[in-house]
Amino acid sequence: MRVYLDNSATTTAAPEVVAAMLPYFSDHMGNAQSVHSFGQQAKAALEASRRQVAALIGAAPTEIVFVSGGTEADNLAIRGIAKQFSERGRHIITTKIEHPAVLATAEALEAQGFFVTYLPVSREGLVHASEVRRAIRDETILVSVMHANNETGAIQPISEISQALAEAHEAGHRRIYLHTDAVQSVGKVKVDVDELAVDLLSMSAHKIHGPKGIGALYIRRGVKLGKILFGGHHERDRRPGTENIPAIVGFGVACELGRTSLLERMNRTRDLRDYLEQEVTRRITGVKRNGDPHQRVPNISNLTFDGVDGESLLIALDLKGVAVSTGSACSSGSLEPSHVLTAMGLPRDEVRGSLRFSFSQYSTREEVDYAISTLAEIIARLREMSPEGDTPGIRSALEGANSASTGASEIKL
Amino acid sequence: MYTNQVADHIANPRNVGELDNPSGVGDVVNEVCQDRIRLTIKIRRGVLSEAKVKASGCPPTLAAASVLTELIIGRSVADVQVLGRSDVTNALGRLPAAKMHCAILAIDALRQALESCAV
Repeated sequence: MRVYLDNSATTTAAPEVVAAMLPYFSDHMGNAQSVHSFGQQAKAALEASRRQVAALIGAAPTEIVFVSGGTEADNLAIRGIAKQFSERGRHIITTKIEHPAVLATAEALEAQGFFVTYLPVSREGLVHASEVRRAIRDETILVSVMHANNETGAIQPISEISQALAEAHEAGHRRIYLHTDAVQSVGKVKVDVDELAVDLLSMSAHKIHGPKGIGALYIRRGVKLGKILFGGHHERDRRPGTENIPAIVGFGVACELGRTSLLERMNRTRDLRDYLEQEVTRRITGVKRNGDPHQRVPNISNLTFDGVDGESLLIALDLKGVAVSTGSACSSGSLEPSHVLTAMGLPRDEVRGSLRFSFSQYSTREEVDYAISTLAEIIARLREMSPEGDTPGIRSALEGANSASTGASEIKL
Repeated sequence: MYTNQVADHIANPRNVGELDNPSGVGDVVNEVCQDRIRLTIKIRRGVLSEAKVKASGCPPTLAAASVLTELIIGRSVADVQVLGRSDVTNALGRLPAAKMHCAILAIDALRQALESCAV
């Protein structure tokens, strides 16, 4: 059996998405900038897709700019604001738990003379709006805080942060722009740009059963970004380059599917996720859940298994056909632990024993059952193999795993 | 990322456990990543007649510990004294350069176990 529980890394394209894309590779292959009928057909598809993407997040179609994916969206948002407003100020606020697309962009700006504040998070993996308020300086031009974290699924208080920025503005501070990387929340929970009150929002198609290589940046009407790529006047002069029509069409269909059955899919993945957490903690001892238990997307579970290495667990699961991911990796004898779990204050060995399970609308109960029983077997084997197996904590964990006890678990659900 | 041999040792680790009354014990920890290998051996008439191993850490550490037992059981002390990290990596097909320390840890465990017999 092959079980894919790594849907936060990427998802399978929906059959409807693939079917919609295919004609745009051949029959409708026009360049959307061309005046002739081939071009106009492509242009019509481009604009129809833009409406579908805009509808999913409550935006106007003109506020959607297609880009190559989440990374480019983050780059365009952050570097675009930095470039446009560098004369006004050179201070940016972000968090310690952002995706590398944001963190590395912020670091690149630091090398160019910008100042960046990396906000801490709570043990539950949440940023507090009060921290944002405290970090604001006269020179602050941008706040970039992700919507849902890719490792824990924790949903950050974006509307509270925008409220804090509005208060600063009322108190006389010049406008501070708010960007959110919503790659892990769009299509998973309701995302509305006006409710969140953000100026910029990054999206990616392949996380929501669309194709890879396409995404979008929402840019609130009136927000001006400096250019980071130079070329033609595509996308209302905001992103040059011939539009990737097949991918854009697929993205549009993925958004449409996401919008029409969002609640149903949310409930389904939440049920599976909660079932996994309940069964894992019932059958395996020494399990802790990471991240806020309530404020989170319904498709991600991040668990720590005492006394085992995440990568060994991942490889052993993969050999049994179960795909998950871990935030920690070891290279040249130096551990590179998850920056997210580390920022949450987890001890090193807990970070090391962490795994992320992420579900999709296509995940089934049967698959989850297989994953749980495989996981229980592997953890028992790895703990049995561990020299630390004779220590009291691990011993009790081992006994629990071997007897598949129904005893108390360490996390409350 | 890993060879079939590494995968096989992860799926079916060999000679896992701890010998009673071993002739020697090697218990080594990589101070940086905390990977640990604990090897117990029995020597009879100059031959490593039995070996059991326990290990914790990343996949190559577990695989190196497991394959080490296959490399040493039934061989003379003189033979195993000259084993080096390349014997471990060869037996595993290959290891990524960044994981070479796992093979070194296995050899360290072997050397310590042999030395502990001598005293």
